[in-house]
Amino acid sequence: MSGQHSLHAPFLGFSRWPRLAFPNIRLTPAMVSWLQVGPLALVLIALVALPAFLFLAVSFFDYDRTGIYPAFMLDNYADLLTTPATLRVYVSSLKLAGIVWAITLFLGFNIAWFLVFHVRNGMVRTVFFLACAIPFWTSGIIRTIAWIPFLGRNGAFNQALMSLGLTSQPLEFLLFSDFAVIITYVHLFTLLMVGPIANSMAKIDPALIEAAIDAGASRFKVMTNVVIPLSKTGIALGSILVFTQVMGDYFVVRQMSGGQSASIVSMLSTEIQAMQYPPASANAMVLVVFVAVMVGCMMRIVDIRKELVK
Amino acid sequence: MDPRFDVELISVTKRYGATLAVDGISLRIPRASYTCLLGPSGCGKTTTLRMIAGHEAISDGDILIDDKNVSLLPPAARGTAMMFQSYALFPHLNCLDNVAFSLKMRGIAKAERHKAAREFLDLVHLGDYAMRLPSQLSGGQQQRVALARALITRPKVLLLDEPLSALDPFLRIKVREELKRLQRELEITFIHVTHSQDEAMALADLMVVMEDGHIRQAGPPREIFEKPVNPFIARFIGGHNVMMSDQGPIAIRADRCRLGVASDGPHVKGRVTVVEYQGTMVRVAIATDPGDEVSALVPDGLFHEQPVQPGDAATLVWLDRDVHWMANA
Repeated sequence: MSGQHSLHAPFLGFSRWPRLAFPNIRLTPAMVSWLQVGPLALVLIALVALPAFLFLAVSFFDYDRTGIYPAFMLDNYADLLTTPATLRVYVSSLKLAGIVWAITLFLGFNIAWFLVFHVRNGMVRTVFFLACAIPFWTSGIIRTIAWIPFLGRNGAFNQALMSLGLTSQPLEFLLFSDFAVIITYVHLFTLLMVGPIANSMAKIDPALIEAAIDAGASRFKVMTNVVIPLSKTGIALGSILVFTQVMGDYFVVRQMSGGQSASIVSMLSTEIQAMQYPPASANAMVLVVFVAVMVGCMMRIVDIRKELVK
Repeated sequence: MDPRFDVELISVTKRYGATLAVDGISLRIPRASYTCLLGPSGCGKTTTLRMIAGHEAISDGDILIDDKNVSLLPPAARGTAMMFQSYALFPHLNCLDNVAFSLKMRGIAKAERHKAAREFLDLVHLGDYAMRLPSQLSGGQQQRVALARALITRPKVLLLDEPLSALDPFLRIKVREELKRLQRELEITFIHVTHSQDEAMALADLMVVMEDGHIRQAGPPREIFEKPVNPFIARFIGGHNVMMSDQGPIAIRADRCRLGVASDGPHVKGRVTVVEYQGTMVRVAIATDPGDEVSALVPDGLFHEQPVQPGDAATLVWLDRDVHWMANA
């Protein structure tokens, strides 16, 4: 190897393999690859793989009111999966996720369409994108709580309705209800739809739309035959982001439902507060597997990896 | 009565805000002809094509296709089909579905539209590629799919926006033969936008030279090449030496010019700047003493009898009968 190396070096003027400052240390291509993937791999192992493994282990442990005890038992899972409350919470979370997904998809698709195809001026488009993004510079908690004075019984919205004479007494369903939860989710997560879809749409050659119109496509058919098929990567990515956010939410449901609904994570947090770590771990594992399966199903419909490589 | 023209433009104007992209042009395109809109970039030729297609609104004037005013009709109702410069094939559809797209839009059943699409793919010799995606085809093949997709609507007028510009020079010549053959066989009008005068001369029955939003000259290629109306046309079309004489600008074809001596007749003196061997001809470029750039296309045999080098003094000579007088630009 070194013979070949010294043969090449004088001709090329640089060595084929990077050299460190130390004499006699040459990096082989394999070592370079390891150095390149190493840092991220370490971070992922330390912050994702190890904790997940820890949860997995603890989920099989035994526990009582005073502590947890290493064991291998399936009781935590059995309890969780046979409690009617689990099914109820999963169904209500799925229902919320479905509604929020549909609304954010509708809004996100249309906002992305407007930003990409209707705003011709690059400057104006940047301003609109910033207008979408700047609220995200504040924390989600603040943006959630900000709805309370607006939607409350004596909140701005009810006051406005009454002073306009549209209602005689405040609307009660606005706050501390599923309505409030959904409106907050939509507010928090619509941008997660807009971003990926706009990114997909920006890659659509405008000539394709003209070509479709030239072939006699109506506006609606341009959408269904050209724009939607070509935006499906963005739609899938946005859907996964919104879905996982809703399924993993804890704060919004607690604040906005007024304790009337529970989320999967709030169920989990109750267990943690009661120091019931093994059932909480089992709960977390089931949620992870559930979300992973759902995301896997979405990926089957749209091969995101294939599209991202393009 | 059979209409005499496939397309008529009547003082068609396009304004973008304060700028005039196309300034009141009028043109009649005879039936089943191959028309080339030719001009430097920004001359308004693509805008004109897009206005005929209906992808660009007309600010003023009218467009008639087959004696019917189509100025306000949507693209699909005009009897035109457009082939886009980038081909604009739908990347998510295979060739068959790309070609069948307009039939699908008309609600024609799948079996029927696929049968028709296969016929048109065969017409452009791509029958074996029906199931491929556009990304799996070469540029030339993509271009033929785009052509089949445009032709399947059975347009009266096919509009081609720089169809050959993305192809390599060798393929360009093959495809342009193919375009001409198709136009003859289908007996429909092709309107082809290009900035290449070679392409226009090879293809066109009617050549329309545009500059600055105006039509500067329209006619058969031979007429334009032999009788350019002004120095811009003569320079743009190439192969001419444009010089000023006392009575106005003149153009003399470079292949009619020779290197000679002042006593031969009309002449201009200068210095050789470039000698370019082109195979059958040698192009000798000369910077004249009055300051013009001229050249002589000399048959290679003649050149090698008396070769010259860059830097040599030279005299460009021509015959009086080869002088073409032009209007001032």
